[in-house]
Amino acid sequence: MQWETVIGLEIHAQLATQSKIFSAASTAFGAEPNTQACPVDLGMPGILPVVNQEVVRMAVMFALATNAEIGQRSVFERKNYFYPDLPKGYQTSQFEFPIVGKGKVEIVLEDGSTKVVGLTRAHLEEDAGKSVHDLYSEFSAIDLNRAGTPLLEIVSEPDMRSAKEAVAYAKKIHSLVRYLGICDGNMQEGSFRCDANVSVRLKGESEFGTRAEVKNVNSFRFLERAINFEVERQIDLLESGGTVVQETRLYDPTKDETRSMRSKEDAEDYRYFPCPDLLPVVIEEADIQSIRDALPELPDQRLNRYQSQWQLSGDDARLLVQDRSVAEYFEAVANQADPKLASNWMVNEVIVRLDKDSIEIERSPVGPSQLAALIARIADKTINGKIGRQILDALWSGEASDVDSYIADKGLKQVTDTGAIEAWVDEVIANSPDQVQQIKEGKDKVMGFLVGQAMKLSKGKANPAQLSELFKAKILG
Amino acid sequence: MMMTLKQQLDLLNSQKASATELTQEALQKAHALQDKLNAFVTIDDSSLEAAKSADERRARGENGLLDGLPIALKDIFCTDGLKTSCGSKMLDNFVAPYDATVVSKLKSAGAVSIGKLNMDEFAMGSSNENSFYGPVKNPWNTQKVPGGSSGGSAAAVAAGIVSATLGTDTGGSIRQPASFCGITGLKPTYGRVSRYGMVAYASSLDQGGPMARTAEDCALLLSAIAGHDPRDSTSVNRPVDDYETALSQGVAGKVIGLPNQYFGEGLDEGVRKVVDDAIKALESLGAKVVELDLPQQSLALPAYYVIAPAEASSNLSRYDGVRFGYRAENPADLNDLYCRSRSEAFGEEVQRRIIAGTYVLSEGYFDAYYRQAQRLRRMIYNEFATAFESVDMIVGPTTPTVAFDLGQNTKDPVAMYLNDIYTITANLAGIPGLSVPCGFSDGMPVGLQILGRPFEEGTLLAAGHAYQRATDWHTQQPEGL
Repeated sequence: MQWETVIGLEIHAQLATQSKIFSAASTAFGAEPNTQACPVDLGMPGILPVVNQEVVRMAVMFALATNAEIGQRSVFERKNYFYPDLPKGYQTSQFEFPIVGKGKVEIVLEDGSTKVVGLTRAHLEEDAGKSVHDLYSEFSAIDLNRAGTPLLEIVSEPDMRSAKEAVAYAKKIHSLVRYLGICDGNMQEGSFRCDANVSVRLKGESEFGTRAEVKNVNSFRFLERAINFEVERQIDLLESGGTVVQETRLYDPTKDETRSMRSKEDAEDYRYFPCPDLLPVVIEEADIQSIRDALPELPDQRLNRYQSQWQLSGDDARLLVQDRSVAEYFEAVANQADPKLASNWMVNEVIVRLDKDSIEIERSPVGPSQLAALIARIADKTINGKIGRQILDALWSGEASDVDSYIADKGLKQVTDTGAIEAWVDEVIANSPDQVQQIKEGKDKVMGFLVGQAMKLSKGKANPAQLSELFKAKILG
Repeated sequence: MMMTLKQQLDLLNSQKASATELTQEALQKAHALQDKLNAFVTIDDSSLEAAKSADERRARGENGLLDGLPIALKDIFCTDGLKTSCGSKMLDNFVAPYDATVVSKLKSAGAVSIGKLNMDEFAMGSSNENSFYGPVKNPWNTQKVPGGSSGGSAAAVAAGIVSATLGTDTGGSIRQPASFCGITGLKPTYGRVSRYGMVAYASSLDQGGPMARTAEDCALLLSAIAGHDPRDSTSVNRPVDDYETALSQGVAGKVIGLPNQYFGEGLDEGVRKVVDDAIKALESLGAKVVELDLPQQSLALPAYYVIAPAEASSNLSRYDGVRFGYRAENPADLNDLYCRSRSEAFGEEVQRRIIAGTYVLSEGYFDAYYRQAQRLRRMIYNEFATAFESVDMIVGPTTPTVAFDLGQNTKDPVAMYLNDIYTITANLAGIPGLSVPCGFSDGMPVGLQILGRPFEEGTLLAAGHAYQRATDWHTQQPEGL
């Protein structure tokens, strides 16, 4: 049987405001428990919410960046349920009239093709506090610092057909909110959380299968694994004659599995109704225009600019623009050194090293100026690429800090002395009669072997292009 | 001898009395009448300190609008450092770390609050029999209810403990007890007075307002508490009228509408007679009286008893025993903590409305109840809007009967709800309403209700003031206290 996977994502992006959505308390992460919760956040009697206008501006920015409809009159509603970390007994959210309506984003698939993913809506809401269950043996503790932190919940259409597509979409949204500066995107701290609605159906079927909602996914890697696990679980279940039940499942990264958290039967009736303490949020056309005018350059625009301004390949440019910090790092390098070389070094060296060490570019041990200095020495032929990588390793580990003094100290300067180079070429020709013969017969590929031999003799300090030229001249005349 | 706020202010200004003396006297009366009337939840003897400061300010010539005048607050207004119970066991231990906006406004005007007044639990009730602290008695006859939910606020003024109090009105909770106790009470336009720090019952209907002996005193108090509050998004940002100047407008030339629906079945004959006389008095003051037909008014009660409980069910969810208020002892688990805390600390009427409100918001019932009620609400608003194109005010009885006996309606919630039949329309439409004493029936006071256009409190107060200059019902005092 041929199965098709159907995925929709709900992303909670914590908006990067200074204060909370309905109060003046700070939203900074990591403070002592309950030190950033004021009477509004505590849900005290008689206390009223007031909308932080910054969250409205940020939601409109998101709508503009995703070509989405803007709810010019959106309504806060109360989602009623009891939980100790929900101080008022309801979450103030949006339901019938969200601030952001239908929109779309384009993602690039692994084969280089593009796909448009629809956005159903995005709405503003307040976060709940945190329950801490492992602090006391007899009690659970409540930390309300997070209560009232503004969230933008971004709901996609069920348009994704594989875990990889879902990850590409999530990364795209992540990239957008970071570019817009409306969310710091920190997944470990929970500023960017993904819930995946996953179902499977037979290929060609028009109805969707029953879905499960997978929660607690705090990295892109886990998102892919959680979805893949869930897809396999559902297919196994269906192929062995079972049925999928609609439920919420929790992903456990240590066991790499999802397990049932609550079924639809336990689902609460949230009794949504318009919050009588807040007026509808009305957005004027003029406000939208001024927000539009102030939008920063977005990843897709930046991609086009890299291709036209610096002639970068689509793949390289896409990789560079995805993360705003990576792009800014790259531009800092490209403004000081050859952009094309800068792109190659970013894509093939810096990003690879960051991934390998699992560190963010903000914490890269090598700064843009150091990388630019290194590239400048390659461009002016002081060193070759191979030595360049060796120096980058030294910068990365902290062994080197200044490119030029390291080159001088270690004597890594490329040998341009024609006499020395000729001597190495002659030696290789003398030792490799078979290969020389093959080149004479037109087998150009063998040239690589000869150049390699000569590079070895030079301890890497010769210029490979120069060697190749010399071999050609000597062998072919 | 009972004085008005204005008279007390004259004494202070002419240095014939000090704030300390007035406050001392008010505290003495409050203590002396507490067993008899049960008007207070908390009598704040430390208010004498505030009175002393007021005297010092006055001596320096730095006095505010209400400086040194003793008043009292319904126990629904949060007061920094002093218990705010809302008439409930749930909040019997609750001390807010903040003042309601109206409380800070009164403080900065110099008023001295001598305590917190008894009320129906969470402002739900029309007789003040739903208080955790026991019922308030009507000063005119202590076998009778004072009305509710602002029963303590009305009784304290009627008994002459203080000249003015603050109450709140969600379906008539200022006007009905004012009527039952023979005093003057104003429910301002929704959004005219800040709700910040006022414990919520039904947020889209709740409005705080003044209760006093005269319309003139209500004007004085309203000037101090009205205005936009950035901490209450539903408070309206428009200038506050000069209510004291407005008082001199009178009623001459004003058109007064009498809705047939306010004089129909259910209206007590004695009340009808007194109200008819009052209307004649207004006519003789130059008002033009016309009949009105407001058929949608009958929709108000069902709309109210969907919307108010719906909002209450959500507003009262925060009382869960976790952060403040009553907490059940030794809960077995979280659900037990919730169920027992709420069952043990909420009274019967509050529980009834929470259950009703939860029901009407439930999936499958929302459209039939809540959405439908909102539609009725809009119809009522539109009917008033149309009526106010041809009349300046709408006048009728505040309540269908005078104050009833304690215990008479406690077993019959619907009979109790019918008390608010003439008052709840103003809350649903958000318009202002004034109740002024206009006579007696069976020895108990009768109130005349005057409704007006949004933000035309001045027009209502002027009508009340003109009426009170021509009559002396508002100066009558209960005997035997």
